Amino acid sequence: MKKDLVIIGGGPAGLAAAEAAVLAGARDVLLLERDVRLGGILNQCIHNGFGLHTFKEELTGPEYAARFEARVRALSIEYKLGAMVLSIAPDRTVTVVSREDGLYTIEAGAIILAMGCRERSRGALNIPGFRPAGVFSAGTAQRLVNMEGYMPGREVVILGSGDIGLIMARRMTLEGAKVRVVAELQPYSGGLKRNIVQCLDDYGIPLKLSHTVTEIHGRERVTGVTISAVDKNFKPIPGSEEFYSCDTLLLSVGLIPENELSTGAGVQLSRVTNGPVVNESLETSVPGIFACGNVLHVHDLVDYVSEEAAAAGRAAAAYLAQGERAAGKAIAVKPAGGVRYTVPSTIRPDAMPDALTVRFRVDNIYKNRFVSVYFGEERVQHRKKTVLAPGEMEQIVLKKADLTDAAFDTITICTEVE
Amino acid sequence: MYDVTVIGAGVIGCAIARELARYRASVCVLEKSEDVCTGTSKANSAIVHGGFDAESGTKKAEMNVRGNAMMTKISQELDIPFKRNGALVLCFSESERSGLETLCARGVKNGVEGLRILSGDEARQMEPNLSDAVCAALYCPSSGIVCPFELTLGFAENAADNGVEFRFESGVTAIARTASGYRLETDTGAVETRAVVNAAGVCADLVHDLALPHAFSITPRAGEYCLCDKSVGGLVSKTIFQMPSERGKGVLVTPTVHGNLLLGPTASDVEDRAFTATTAQGLGDVLQTAALSVKQVPARQIITSFSGLRAHGDTGDFVLGESAPGFFEAACIESPGLTSAPAIGAYMAQLVAETLGLEENADFNPIRHGVVRLNDLSPAARAAKIRENPLYGSIVCRCETVSEGEIVDSIRRTLGATTLDGVKRRTRAGMGRCQAGFCTPRVLDILARELQVPVTAVRKNARGSEVLVGKTQKGGAAL
Repeated sequence: MKKDLVIIGGGPAGLAAAEAAVLAGARDVLLLERDVRLGGILNQCIHNGFGLHTFKEELTGPEYAARFEARVRALSIEYKLGAMVLSIAPDRTVTVVSREDGLYTIEAGAIILAMGCRERSRGALNIPGFRPAGVFSAGTAQRLVNMEGYMPGREVVILGSGDIGLIMARRMTLEGAKVRVVAELQPYSGGLKRNIVQCLDDYGIPLKLSHTVTEIHGRERVTGVTISAVDKNFKPIPGSEEFYSCDTLLLSVGLIPENELSTGAGVQLSRVTNGPVVNESLETSVPGIFACGNVLHVHDLVDYVSEEAAAAGRAAAAYLAQGERAAGKAIAVKPAGGVRYTVPSTIRPDAMPDALTVRFRVDNIYKNRFVSVYFGEERVQHRKKTVLAPGEMEQIVLKKADLTDAAFDTITICTEVE
Repeated sequence: MYDVTVIGAGVIGCAIARELARYRASVCVLEKSEDVCTGTSKANSAIVHGGFDAESGTKKAEMNVRGNAMMTKISQELDIPFKRNGALVLCFSESERSGLETLCARGVKNGVEGLRILSGDEARQMEPNLSDAVCAALYCPSSGIVCPFELTLGFAENAADNGVEFRFESGVTAIARTASGYRLETDTGAVETRAVVNAAGVCADLVHDLALPHAFSITPRAGEYCLCDKSVGGLVSKTIFQMPSERGKGVLVTPTVHGNLLLGPTASDVEDRAFTATTAQGLGDVLQTAALSVKQVPARQIITSFSGLRAHGDTGDFVLGESAPGFFEAACIESPGLTSAPAIGAYMAQLVAETLGLEENADFNPIRHGVVRLNDLSPAARAAKIRENPLYGSIVCRCETVSEGEIVDSIRRTLGATTLDGVKRRTRAGMGRCQAGFCTPRVLDILARELQVPVTAVRKNARGSEVLVGKTQKGGAAL
């Protein structure tokens, strides 16, 4: 089978990319989704708060997904469900397996990676103790509660204050479970401020910063966990151990872009984001393979996923129309002074849109700092922010007119005290 | 009334049961857990040792070398993954070199073939990621890696297919001598048998003491491990040991037969025979000690950690034989127990058969077919399998690409899985980098459907390990 554009993943990123690609002129587009429905992880996010930027209203996850699904259907974009991509070759041959169609390959003119991310597991943290039932990643618990209608436990401790953990603290409480505490290794929460207020504070659930789970108790089922304070090197402080009885431990300890397929295709990954290194077109190191959404870098708001994915869709359509561009001058985008990474990390002014959004995250909580942009040695943007937090993605906009015929090779994005 | 009752469905009990199936006899295996392979057999280094380690003249040495030699044929008959990847024992200082030579000489005496001492550079040529501190190494080409779950399951399923009966959740609580043999009280009722084979692993001394005067004591010796992602499975191609000590073979670094990287074990004696918890100290020691062997320990790629209990006996050697009339024992089976299992199985079965005067079973079929793994098939064979059964086209476990077809097979087959862990050990669903985050809800559903039980009754493993505690307020009506 041959397709102009294959989009891998039918979550928010894949849906928005598909729509934008077709609106930009791409034909013969195929969207592959491994689950039995489109929408991805939004289907289990039944809380509201989605779409404030995109639709200027508060939607639930399934509602937000439904709007994009409707657009994809309206454009008659072909999609397949239950279709699991097994591999991508560097020549863009995609191997797929599904119940309906068996095992087959697609020769793709271009590919958009939109596979999303997975949750870090207990194993990745190496938490000591027994391995009983009752240890779930927060997203798994969310799926069980919201989609399957089952309770993973009644008395809950949550490790990690990422957004899913915070949302699940409220969700479990509303379902009648007792959430005893949320422990966070960092001295600050990795989640959105609004979620801390609406999911913990409003329900009187304590958040213990600079604390972690140091032992899991219980042989068949979790009977409790030990929580310890940690020092500034994240080492548990002896003597600070506290036992919490519970039957469930939910882990919300980070998301990892799911790039095993990308690696197989020869796509170069960033050690900071664990996602592909991309240019202004969100094109990876392999020509014709683009990436967007949480497979590229973990987002906190789906609105930005949609926005980014649409850009990837337009770029893929342009690639299909024009073929590989002659490599014009490329300017490196470098993070510095408290900025962990930027997406993209290179910009070819020739290929960029009139206005390009560069997204980034900071590495710590900063108060009353400036976000600055330097073209070479020259500071061209300088904007004060009252709070910068690792849990909240930041962005700046660069104009094509400012970069065309640039004399500099580097753009630096950093935070500054003054 | 059975002819033979085997206590324990670990790799030793199952190997003995499978070899007993070669005779015309009614055989029963009693297991206190819910499945085969839930104790030491499921949490070990998964190594088929060469046999240079055990003192010459011991049963350990004899069974090790014999078991190693049998493994190729056994793995073919039972359709299990086994690879002779070779092993290196590292030496970090010239003063240790004589130890390496002693080991080599002992191996030669034990009958291990192909042993050779390499210089540090030769060893690094073989394994480029070895530490620069390595100054010499013993190379053992016959060493291998095996899937311990599959080896145990292979023995068990093949035994069951040949008529051996398995009773789970049937821990033995009392043993009495009778006129015709023994009467065993179990959690699920009494069993009368002509002969007993005690293969109760870390509890074999307790089982012995139910029937006979105290003769040996077993100390559970915990070994903690870290398992790393397949992305670093190629760090080494051979099993990398350090010089052994009186505490055991030390921390190894090895690829697994499924392509992961395994680090461990520690060795610390515990009192509780079910203490399989990992500890911060133990996991730290694993990483620290492994760092001596290789240039960089991929600590960031750890996907899980676990602890297993060695059945360390005060006898210094395996206890193999007839301890009282009709009461046979395969006890104190610590390392190299997994390697020795095929040899112990054959030895014990023959001993029992001779003693009871059992006749050969001409109908015995040594062939077992494992779960067909899509990952192992060629694209054409894979496509054909999906055409034959579309469930093989529906991927449930993303990380290990395990299909619904494989999971259903694991549940419906002989001694099929009844728990999440049972499915995991038979198919690898949930064994990958996300550690069952994505597939747990699907596997719960499939188990409930196939076993015709409510989802809330599905367990992770033993009784009391139900995964879900009930329905939500809207009770499954969410979607």
